[in-house]
Amino acid sequence: MSKADAAAAILWVGATFYALFGGADFGGGFWDLVAGWDERGQRPREAIQRSLTPVWEANHVWLIFVLVVLWTAFPAAFSAIFTTLYVPIALAALGIVLRGAGFAFRKSIVGLRERRAMGATFAISSVLTPFFMGAVVGAIAAGKVPAAGNGDAFSSWIGPLPLLTGAMFVASGAYLAAVFLVGDARRGDHELERYFERRALGAALVAGAFAVAGIFALHSEARYVFDRLTDQGLPLVVLSLLCGVALLAALLRGRRRPLRPLAAGAVVAVIWGWGVAQFPYLLPTSLRIDQAAAPDPTMTIVFIVFAAAAVVVLPSLALLYTLAQKDLLESEH
Amino acid sequence: MSSMSNLLAAREQMAFTLGFHIVLSCLGVALPATILIANYIGLKKDDGAAMELARRWSKAMAVTFAVGAVTGTVLSFEFGLLWPQFEHRFGSVFGIAFAIEGIFFFLEAIFLAVYIYGWKRLRPWAHFWSGVPMVITGIGGAFSVVAANAWMNQPQGFTLDAAGRVTDVAPLKVLFNPATGYEVPHMILAAYMVVGFLVASIYAVGMLKGRRDRLHRLGLVIPLTLACTATPIQLFVGDTAAREVADHQPAKFAAMECIQKTGPDQTEYLGGICTKDGVKAAIGIPGLDSFLVGFSKNTKVTGLNSIPDDEEPPVHTFLHLAFDAMVGIGTALLALGAWFAFAWWKRRDIPQTPWFLRAVSVSGAAAILALWCGWIVTEVGRQPWIVQGYMRTSEAVTEAEGIWFSFALVLLLYAGLGTGAVLVLRAMSRRWREGGAEDVQSPYAPQTEEVA
Ligand code: HDD
Ligand code: HEM
Ligand code: HEM
Repeated sequence: MSKADAAAAILWVGATFYALFGGADFGGGFWDLVAGWDERGQRPREAIQRSLTPVWEANHVWLIFVLVVLWTAFPAAFSAIFTTLYVPIALAALGIVLRGAGFAFRKSIVGLRERRAMGATFAISSVLTPFFMGAVVGAIAAGKVPAAGNGDAFSSWIGPLPLLTGAMFVASGAYLAAVFLVGDARRGDHELERYFERRALGAALVAGAFAVAGIFALHSEARYVFDRLTDQGLPLVVLSLLCGVALLAALLRGRRRPLRPLAAGAVVAVIWGWGVAQFPYLLPTSLRIDQAAAPDPTMTIVFIVFAAAAVVVLPSLALLYTLAQKDLLESEH
Repeated sequence: MSSMSNLLAAREQMAFTLGFHIVLSCLGVALPATILIANYIGLKKDDGAAMELARRWSKAMAVTFAVGAVTGTVLSFEFGLLWPQFEHRFGSVFGIAFAIEGIFFFLEAIFLAVYIYGWKRLRPWAHFWSGVPMVITGIGGAFSVVAANAWMNQPQGFTLDAAGRVTDVAPLKVLFNPATGYEVPHMILAAYMVVGFLVASIYAVGMLKGRRDRLHRLGLVIPLTLACTATPIQLFVGDTAAREVADHQPAKFAAMECIQKTGPDQTEYLGGICTKDGVKAAIGIPGLDSFLVGFSKNTKVTGLNSIPDDEEPPVHTFLHLAFDAMVGIGTALLALGAWFAFAWWKRRDIPQTPWFLRAVSVSGAAAILALWCGWIVTEVGRQPWIVQGYMRTSEAVTEAEGIWFSFALVLLLYAGLGTGAVLVLRAMSRRWREGGAEDVQSPYAPQTEEVA
């Protein structure tokens, strides 16, 4: 494996973590949005709030990690993507600001009306942000980003594949979140557990439907990716499918232990399947990984940073999640 | 080619969003240490007031950190949205510092969460120690970002081929470029000054309103001591920075000091309006400028007449006044610190006159103003270069249309963000004053009281 390929793998690892943890955070916002008016939505909303509270900030850093690795290791790809897809990227950034602010402010604002407005801001932007991020990813896969950059600002991402990818991002975030929340609710609250189980089931079916539609869109819009996805990428597609089916079975039989690993497995397999299908391109089929790569010493720094992240950041994250799961993190009232 | 108007919009948007973020990042850098000092006093001396301060400040930090994180994210996006050609050409060099920064961001976000939400359930000393990484990550984070900026001012550590593409990089030379040596400590000290004076000024206002309890006195004395300790060191570092700028970025120095003609025996001007025929309406001290640069009246200093017109920074008067304001504020804050230190040495107490509290209550805003002025000197003074000597800002900017529109949107959004943050912090402080026990929850805390 060349240094550039290794750096691309690091980029994909970062994207995977962001999809899992950031995705679940967005999904939490989705369930907040559809939880229903005041009384009815209150219990699930509390559960969502409790589980997001200590971790969303750390989960968000994966996005920064991906951005920074992209511009440091593959500056040509970064500028091509940003000069073409600036509309959905700017909308995603707008969503991130609104979401963070809405979430942070809604607790502490006193007036009921303002609180509701903040809560709604948080919830709506939790849906729009992953949608636009998905549109960016879909546009890249569809080969709409020319290596030289400055592709068309609108037709590059307003098309079946990017929009379907956006919808799939929203649905799979919701699916991850519901599955994680089933686990969180486990401590005693059976009603809430069933509440999120039903939603996990629904979201899994919807995400699956978008994925199937996405395969058709790939076939017509992104032939290179489609061909490799059904060839080299096939084992990963099958793995994802199996995880999805097993998860449905587990849900229907009320078995909860395997839910989280299966849900994560399904999403991870799709992301790596996409990676394998794009290889060796960063922008199919105009910019290869080695063409976009930064000089070797820069890559070495990226590896060192990645190693440091593995040694220092992952254990710290594990500590944070453990403390949160053990209910040791809670601010007094 | 993109229009000049687009370039102007992009620059204004960058400056505005950076100016907003920098205030919050100061809190991220320096508030942890302030909180931990109070926490330590509280634990060691079993001091309830100190503990209460640490608790309150950490809750305020939960809000400012969230706003800092989202505005910082916007900056990362802006590198691609506004300056894609800069990233294209130099991302592999400039990005090195940001890649390292990623580690600090992770650790800061993680330990901040553990500390803020660990008040109730973690054991007291374990909780205290969980906060210590924040102090280190704050300093490390400031180092990485400012090293990147320092590299823009004194670029080195890369080779270009004939087409201007980066072919080799020397990471250590990038990180430890000559400007890192003064910019990084200057910024970290600025963060401690901003936070120290800002927090102290809040309690000074409270004391002026007659709240003289132990909580308010401690809330004033802890941060004020920190800030007043940083100030003299800051002036020393700033002085070094000025000499370095005179050596390595003569155009910037000539503009900020308003030096028209190259030569020895330069006058130091305080205030005034900068024109081609010299400074109008200023206080001039003959020979002082040369003396400050080289410790001798005979030191030759480069003037604007030696700088090619298309390499001259814009808006000389603005730069000159920004520099003077930074130095002036720094000097005034040094005097404030001396007053405080003298009273403490004499009577182990703060000066008793209300004038002291009045001075402290404006010191926070003054420190922020100095911070902004310093960044204006650095960034506007570097123009027309984005990377000094290698790339012009006009070459870096995006070709996308509609930057004025995006800037307008950003202004609106940030107005909401700022207002929201201030309202939330004020609501928290009001609740603390009224209830104490029944306190406003910090943003991520579980909801206890019902929305309906
Ligand atoms: C509390 C804030 C504060 C205070 C009191 C001062 N500064 Fe400052 N200054 C900054 C905050 C700052 C800053 C905002 O942090 C800058 C911007 C970039 C940097 O490295 O620090 C800065 C930049 C900056 C620069 C430009 C460096 C460059 O372009 O690379 C110079 C020459 C000085 N300062 C000099 C001084 C002097 C001579 C001071 C007092 C005698 C002083 N500063 C007080
Ligand atoms: C171009 C300039 C800058 C960029 C691109 C940038 C980027 C960012 C990003 C992406 C975050 C969010 C990280 C998270 O989610 O935790 C952030 C937060 C932060 N930034 Fe910046 N930043 C810039 C300037 C600065 C400067 C000059 C400093 C300090 C001296 C600074 C210090 C911080 C700190 C301490 C945080 C943590 C959040 C907080 O404490 O509020 N940043 N920044
Ligand atoms: C955080 C405090 C900072 C402030 C307040 C600040 C301020 C400014 C200002 C006023 C400009 C506009 C210059 C002009 O239009 O004439 C600018 C431009 C810029 N700054 Fe900074 N700056 C800060 C830190 C940084 C850092 C740490 C970096 C990078 C690591 C950075 C990168 C840039 C870039 C890329 C531009 C656009 C190009 C240019 O106009 O030079 N800035 N900044």
